[in-house]
Amino acid sequence: MKREMITLDANEAVAQVAYRLNEVIAIYPITPSSGMGEFADAWSAQGIKNIWGTVPMVMEMQSEGGAAGAVHGALTTGSLTTTFTASQGLLLMIPNMYKIAGELTSTVFHVSARSLAAHALSIFGDHSDVTAARTTGFAMLASRSVQEAQDMALIAQAATLESRIPFLHFFDGFRTSHEVNKIEQLSDDDLKAMIDDTKVFAHRQRGLSPDRPSIRGTAQNPDVYFQGRETNNPYYNACPAIVQKAMDKFASLTGRSYHLFDYAGAPDAERVIIVMGSGAETVEETARFLNEAGEKLGVITVHLYRPFSVEHLLKAIPASTKAIAILDRTKEPGAAGEPLYQDVITALNEGFAKGTAPFEKMPAIIGGRYGLSSKEFTPAMAKSIFDEMKKNQPKNHFTVGIVDDVTHTSLDYDPEFSIEYPETKRCIFFGLGADGTVGANKNSIKIIGEETTNSAQGYFVYDSKKSGSVTISHLRFGPKPIHAPYLIGVGDANFVACHQFNFLERVDMLKYAAPGGVFLLNSIYSASDVWDHLPVEVQQTIITKKLRFYVIDAYEVAQKTGMGGRINTIMQTCFFAISGVLPREEAIEQIKRSIKKTYGKRGEAVVQKNYDAVDSSLANLHEVKVPAQATSKLTRHSPVPAAAPKFVKDVLGKMIEYEGDSLPVSAMPVDGSFPSGTTQWEKRNIALEIPVWEPSLCIQCGKCSFVCPHAVIRQKVYSPELLANAPATFKSVDAKFKEMPGAKFTVQVAPEDCTGCGLCIEACPAKDKSQAGRKAINMADQVPLRESESKNWEFFMGLPEPDRTTFAPTTVKNSQELTPLFEFSGACAGCGETPYLKLASQLFGDRMVIANATGCSSIYGGNLPTTPWSYNKEGRGPAWANSLFEDNAEFGLGMRLTIDKQTEFATELLKALSGELGENLVTDILQADQSNEAGIAAQRVRVTQLKDRLATSNDPRAAQLLSLADVLVKKSVWIVGGDGWAYDIGYGGLDHVLAAGRNVNILVLDTEVYSNTGGQASKSTPRAAVAKFAAKGKGLPKKDLGMIAMAYGYVYVAKVAMGANDAHTLRAFLEADAYDGPSIIIAYSHCISHGIDMRKGLEQQKNAVACGIWPLFRYNPALIDEGKNPLQIDSKEPTISVEDYAYNETRYRMLLQSDEARAEILMKQARTDVEKRWNLYRQMAEIEYKFGETKKTEE
Amino acid sequence: MVDLSTKYLGLTLKNPVVASSSPFSKKVENVKRLEDAGASAVVMYSLFEEQIIHESKALDHFLNRGTESFAEALTYFPDFEKYNVGPESYLDLIQKLKDSVEIPIIGSLNGVSRGGWINYARKIEEAGADALELNIYSVPTDFSLTSMQLEDEFIALVSDVRKEIHIPLSIKLSPYYTSLPHFAKQLVNAGVNGLTLFNRFYQPDIDIKEQEVVPNLILSDPGDMRLPLRWIAIFYGRLQADLALTSGIHSGEDVLKAVMAGANIAMLTSELLRSGSQRLAEILEEIQNWMEKLEYESITQIHGSMSQINVAEPSTFERANYMKVLTSFDGKILF
Repeated sequence: MKREMITLDANEAVAQVAYRLNEVIAIYPITPSSGMGEFADAWSAQGIKNIWGTVPMVMEMQSEGGAAGAVHGALTTGSLTTTFTASQGLLLMIPNMYKIAGELTSTVFHVSARSLAAHALSIFGDHSDVTAARTTGFAMLASRSVQEAQDMALIAQAATLESRIPFLHFFDGFRTSHEVNKIEQLSDDDLKAMIDDTKVFAHRQRGLSPDRPSIRGTAQNPDVYFQGRETNNPYYNACPAIVQKAMDKFASLTGRSYHLFDYAGAPDAERVIIVMGSGAETVEETARFLNEAGEKLGVITVHLYRPFSVEHLLKAIPASTKAIAILDRTKEPGAAGEPLYQDVITALNEGFAKGTAPFEKMPAIIGGRYGLSSKEFTPAMAKSIFDEMKKNQPKNHFTVGIVDDVTHTSLDYDPEFSIEYPETKRCIFFGLGADGTVGANKNSIKIIGEETTNSAQGYFVYDSKKSGSVTISHLRFGPKPIHAPYLIGVGDANFVACHQFNFLERVDMLKYAAPGGVFLLNSIYSASDVWDHLPVEVQQTIITKKLRFYVIDAYEVAQKTGMGGRINTIMQTCFFAISGVLPREEAIEQIKRSIKKTYGKRGEAVVQKNYDAVDSSLANLHEVKVPAQATSKLTRHSPVPAAAPKFVKDVLGKMIEYEGDSLPVSAMPVDGSFPSGTTQWEKRNIALEIPVWEPSLCIQCGKCSFVCPHAVIRQKVYSPELLANAPATFKSVDAKFKEMPGAKFTVQVAPEDCTGCGLCIEACPAKDKSQAGRKAINMADQVPLRESESKNWEFFMGLPEPDRTTFAPTTVKNSQELTPLFEFSGACAGCGETPYLKLASQLFGDRMVIANATGCSSIYGGNLPTTPWSYNKEGRGPAWANSLFEDNAEFGLGMRLTIDKQTEFATELLKALSGELGENLVTDILQADQSNEAGIAAQRVRVTQLKDRLATSNDPRAAQLLSLADVLVKKSVWIVGGDGWAYDIGYGGLDHVLAAGRNVNILVLDTEVYSNTGGQASKSTPRAAVAKFAAKGKGLPKKDLGMIAMAYGYVYVAKVAMGANDAHTLRAFLEADAYDGPSIIIAYSHCISHGIDMRKGLEQQKNAVACGIWPLFRYNPALIDEGKNPLQIDSKEPTISVEDYAYNETRYRMLLQSDEARAEILMKQARTDVEKRWNLYRQMAEIEYKFGETKKTEE
Repeated sequence: MVDLSTKYLGLTLKNPVVASSSPFSKKVENVKRLEDAGASAVVMYSLFEEQIIHESKALDHFLNRGTESFAEALTYFPDFEKYNVGPESYLDLIQKLKDSVEIPIIGSLNGVSRGGWINYARKIEEAGADALELNIYSVPTDFSLTSMQLEDEFIALVSDVRKEIHIPLSIKLSPYYTSLPHFAKQLVNAGVNGLTLFNRFYQPDIDIKEQEVVPNLILSDPGDMRLPLRWIAIFYGRLQADLALTSGIHSGEDVLKAVMAGANIAMLTSELLRSGSQRLAEILEEIQNWMEKLEYESITQIHGSMSQINVAEPSTFERANYMKVLTSFDGKILF
């Protein structure tokens, strides 16, 4: 039977199998597994059937815990059910996994194995999550490649149905889940051949049904629980053989032969490595290479990790083995050894004791850790482990791939060692995020894989920034199969492409180039001019390595052909032409064919512009004549300025220039705590245009500064004398602030930090009366302004911060006199969330503690190398932490409990020590009015005095109080997160925290979708909007979180939209903080996942309010005591239609474009939703609040 | 009983009242209502090539935006199997309308590229439209483009479309041509079967408070009829083409004026948008009543009766008003 060779990543390959073998799929998105669920959802929406001819039902749950519960429920009633997850999500499933295994239920969970959040969160791959689940009783099957992932997905399903043991099938997150490779696709017939329908019926028959009622999940006592737990022994004993049987059957169908433990290498190997996952491929290829040079090495790939068959492992080990190294891709602090190591040691000892081990003398056994969080695991590292085993005293509990200069666990390795085949072509592409580079490369791999007999592999490295990021694509192709789950190494790349000219200043990309290779540069300079614009280091490398150097002005071609900033098809055409992997004409034909296939559905105009781009490319591709000398005056920039603090220079700077791998263990903080305010040192220069201020037109309203997502446009009011040393181009104008008469005023832009989003321009209300298109700020090219404005910025930052007590922050313009302590984040240009955080940092930053949920805000808020939460000149600023996703409200409550308890304790101590400290001081401290900045400032002074007095005291209680004293200055606790957290996974905790009545401020940055993981629907997603898992448009209305919170009656609730009413937003923030109880602000955050021109984000906020879909209101319980209705509706009745708002956004529009009938139905319901809500709110706001005591008094 | 029938573009119509191009025709139910109210034909809303191109490119732009940039969010939207960003929904609608109503359906097309005009014209014919009206809507702002170049381009375009399709072809004209009769003649020579006078362009307005240019839809007033009325009167009998009057038709009397001037049909939009499809039935009744009152027998009888070639004082149509006023003053015999 002829099977198709296809090119895809493991997520897609696994999803294809799991989808066809299941009936119910319950999921929750989490990187890097989200893709599997998304595929399942898309196929279900398209009506694609499983092998039994029915369409699987896909349901998104509120958390992985919920998904596991739903899966358990579906399984226990007889469905074939699956789920996809990773990392924290898998942890949340553990309780149900125990149940599912305890009830001997057939299922396969597919996991793209990922690190667990410990000292830090990581989205990248290792085995921490799956090994944390190893005690649940699930069988565990590991895949090491894309082909295996597909194959094991089927084998696992066959095995689980026969054995009744549930399976956890896993493969390395990112390294395998996102690697594109060419594999043989399993057909429906293959799937049917492997699955025994009688087992399916048996599974169904075991399902709970009133037609054959039984009870499950009984509570048991000491008399029988133990015995009940031991009943499954025969099932676990039989399982390994069942798995091997399934593998053998699979082999007979496909020719691919797998074993529970697969040995490869010299039959008389003396040194053997035991490993599972993609690392096994690396070790196997390394062993092959070294064996060809005469070594005797072997590798055992662990496929079936649980049940761990001692018998099968021992059979796999050659009798000649003298040394064994066991590799774990996880860390278990405090254990005698990592999980696989412990299992193998147990197996070997048992075997040896029983006499079933193949060797007579116990080999030397060492274990080590590698590859945590997708740390590279290369042949050089594998070799170093093999070499270590040669030593008399090989290092045990080693690490490899890092430099451990603290506890000296690391092995040395030779970074130059390479086993790359000369026949394989290796290409690296540096692209600008979203310019199409990665998409083009994925497509190239597909073309090469599917249209030639070559093997092909693609792996893509992304940045932690959400805009202006660097992508690095690693492509390999050639006649030999590619088993290389590691990046292309230094000096190994035949082809290096740089798709963004200014990357040359930031990254040493030509170190990857092999001598005689090709360098393709996207350059606005022509072939004759470009040389002098290159940094000297680049020139030198081109000369030394004798590279063939090509340039193309891809942006010009893109502009001319209507491609905008997308240079994908242009660069792809050049790549094929230069690499010669296909004849030029054929390559162009293939590219055009895939353009039609991929983009045809988006319309002829799109296809045509891509064709035009392809056709125009080669004429613009030119080879550069390389001079003999490197003559450039330009050098590569250092990643951070010389003035940066040591930690920033030595550690973060290395990370910024892609040298982070070289940092030793000692460079990292021991507990994951990092210094604040580091983004100020990373000047990204990603804006093509920046705002330019026209002082004469400016009305000093503060709106530009208010809406800026990145804190790159700021204002200051200051004394005129300070202008004496101002740079020549520094602008200023008489200030219009009554608080400081005779002062000067400046609006200043940070040119190197601005992203060019243009929201400030949109917000500016001041227009030139003679030229309406000209405002008080206008965009202009950044490059000519960079130097002068940098100097102006530096001068501006040196001006004194306005005194916080001078400007009462109750107006928008005054609020912007406060220094932002959240700046230059890596959020998307024009982000709708960040202005709210910046505002909070201005109002409360110097006394603020923040619990931040996982999501966009924790990524742009805390992703290394640099983070935006900062500090003021006194060194104070927001203290910020991200714990998890599901626990964020509780995490913040815990912070409040500490502050409350410490305040209580400090108060007790103050009173006890008042004699010594002075009655007046103690009274003043305890009775301080800290309701405004002046009050807080005064309290700071008192606390300083207090600390001075305590320092000289001999009373032991003084030391206690000294360690607590700072808490006496009022603190503001903020609990921040997106709608995914607040409406879904964290809702249970949020609800409890609201109910608890403590003084916390909750800020929900509501983008109405899971933005960070790529747009999955949440319960906040509005009706008629399209999102992943709501591909047909969300059929149910948006959850009204505000209404639910109001039901408590003692929670301050506000719904705000800064683009619609900035003053209202400001008022809500101040009232929330002032309210001595739980407050929740739900803030409309426009987002890239709405599919809008981000520059129109504020306008869309206006429209959202104007159409009534986002009413602005404040519910202030404090008004109840005054006999007033606590609910104030702050926006007007709808004045425009919902469509006028919604159809500006792709998330609504795309439904109209794909299913007009459904769009109409849902939009009609959406209109009714608005009417219903207004009807309710209107009446709620009119309710009389005089009852009980108040009413009696009046009567 | 008065005979209201008329012929237009080779089609026999039961009366001279036609619903012209407007959002009404986006829904089958609405067109049915127009038919029930008595409309003798419907011109569909315009298929704008520019809009199709824009929708297609906008969709592509937003689906691509931000993709393959941040590892956790490689895409932001589900990607569907198909999007209706081409002319498909328009063409489907023509088919549905042909299946649902008896009256002729006239397609309306506004292209922007030569290929687009020809391609979409052909598709509209293939979808079953009874005729095609080309909506030449463009505001020429190029200071170096002469009137001759502009007109030549249009003529070439119309010729290409004429070659491509077999169904009757009409052109919805704007009045802004230096020599309208010459241009009209060229169009007829190029094979056009009918001329619709005149297109009303949406003119932007200025909001002085916000200092913004705002788009503004102003529905027509009866006075708007004067311009097309004059030119139809001038054209009638001199061009081998049917004539349709559009803009400013608000009553049965207006329709009669149009027919008398020489129009085969009168088209309504603003009146329907203002008052609903039922207004059309009222207008037909007004026509009946007028014709009975004035003892006209049929539309054919009065067709062109007040055109320039047929009226007593043909020069009235040519001169600007003030000239007539002066002449009439001058003509007065003073005693």
